[in-house]
Amino acid sequence: MKNSHEKVEKNVGLFFLFTVFAISIGGLVEITPLFFQKELATPVDNLKPYTALQMEGRDIYIREGCSNCHSQMIRPFRAETERYGHYSVAGEHVWEHPFLWGSKRTGPDLARVGGRYSDDWHIAHLTDPRSVVPESNMPAYNWLNTNTLDGEITGKKLETFNFLTRNRSHKDENGKAIPLYTQAEIDGAKDAVKGKTEMSALIAYLQSLGHALK
Amino acid sequence: MSSFWNIWVWVLTLGSLVGCFLILRMCLKNFAGVEEGESMGHTFDGIEELNNPLPKWWSTFFLLTIVWAFGYIALYGLGGWGGLLGWKSSNQGILNLAESKAKTLENLSKDSGVLVQYDREVAAADAKYGPIFDAYAARSIEDLATDGEALKVGQRLFIQNCSQCHGSDAHGTTGFPNLADKDWLYGGTPEIIKETIMNGRIATGMMAWEGALGGDQGVKEVAAYVISLSGRSVDPELAKAGKGKFALCAGCHGPEGQGSLALGLPMGAPNLTDNIWLYGGSKRVIEESIRYGRAGVMPPWKDILGEEKVHLISAYVYSLSQD
Repeated sequence: MKNSHEKVEKNVGLFFLFTVFAISIGGLVEITPLFFQKELATPVDNLKPYTALQMEGRDIYIREGCSNCHSQMIRPFRAETERYGHYSVAGEHVWEHPFLWGSKRTGPDLARVGGRYSDDWHIAHLTDPRSVVPESNMPAYNWLNTNTLDGEITGKKLETFNFLTRNRSHKDENGKAIPLYTQAEIDGAKDAVKGKTEMSALIAYLQSLGHALK
Repeated sequence: MSSFWNIWVWVLTLGSLVGCFLILRMCLKNFAGVEEGESMGHTFDGIEELNNPLPKWWSTFFLLTIVWAFGYIALYGLGGWGGLLGWKSSNQGILNLAESKAKTLENLSKDSGVLVQYDREVAAADAKYGPIFDAYAARSIEDLATDGEALKVGQRLFIQNCSQCHGSDAHGTTGFPNLADKDWLYGGTPEIIKETIMNGRIATGMMAWEGALGGDQGVKEVAAYVISLSGRSVDPELAKAGKGKFALCAGCHGPEGQGSLALGLPMGAPNLTDNIWLYGGSKRVIEESIRYGRAGVMPPWKDILGEEKVHLISAYVYSLSQD
């Protein structure tokens, strides 16, 4: 028999194709079917869209890289649910684009941080974390107190989310999809956030987290 | 999942297992046209490739991993089939807490045929710790406050859930009350402490008074009077003017500034005569409090911790102010 293995060894393009084929099987089996799974496209009963201010806060959360240290994914271990509450379920995240589950847990999980602390606490903590938690190694984010929002593209963000979640929204009694935001909400988004500080937006977002599973 | 995707998963998984086996079998044969142990006919830098077979230990392990995969699939299932163990890590696809509870009960019943690891773990912990918490829940907070073991549990829970605001020693910090002294905003009896933790508190909220007090001068006058209430020396003229305006404050803080608790009122307005300051007692901070207002919020813990744990934390907090 001719040494057919030589073809792969001496042809880097062919070798590359075989490699891609081999490593894609895991994804094809484990990831692709999830896109078509009903559970992953059905919101939990009480899931509510972010308000304009919360949406801006979410973008600040992303901008400041909060998910580099904080996950939003409570795993189904008792040790975690004792500390954070009910484990996260798929239906809580169907409107997240991108999702902010994170994977690094330097700080505590924030999936259900909403309502755990007062707004005053969040202001003190984000301005100077060590004023309330002396052993914390979280950086201070004091500029959030002075930066204000102009709301120029807030309406566009809401519109984009209507588009992104078009097949995954709640349904009314006739089975018709209810978009996340009405036109009035999109039009009013700018006024809803204009002049507010980034601090208030971020806190509004944090306080909204984790209330959907009731 | 629809049957298409189940078939998809089955075909790809079993196909790749069989494929791995076939590739391994092919590679165990000598197909190079060169005798085993002889040169493959190319050298580089004095290093020569010989046609050696795959190491026996390596190919055996490879085969074993394939056998392992079939055993794993048999126990844990694949593509819509739950496997012989019926194992799941948790209940996904639930849409509310009631569904979650119902599923857990169903999973724990004898004939459900599924083994949900999380539900089992919690049930085992409940069986172990449940009686301990039940025994504590049956005793009064005063009684628990003298029980060293109960206080240890309460302290652990406090440190984990309450220390972020009130501090690990419960001495509080700016804006978050000290729980270890005898000064209370809503009351320090066991019942009231428990009620505060269970349902939280939203201070009626001190409004921004600058406008109503007639601007900066009014703020300074009232601040001077407030400072004088705890026996500190102030400009008597300012304090006198402030006293006249203090009637506006008396609705919550009382005519003598003794605080809403002394009047039996629920606003959480602090006593201004005891030189204990929630937000700071310097002239600057007191003026700031009057000028911009304050509104403290204690979140409710009923749903997060449950009554049994709150009961123990209440006992711990209560014990801190007992001699």
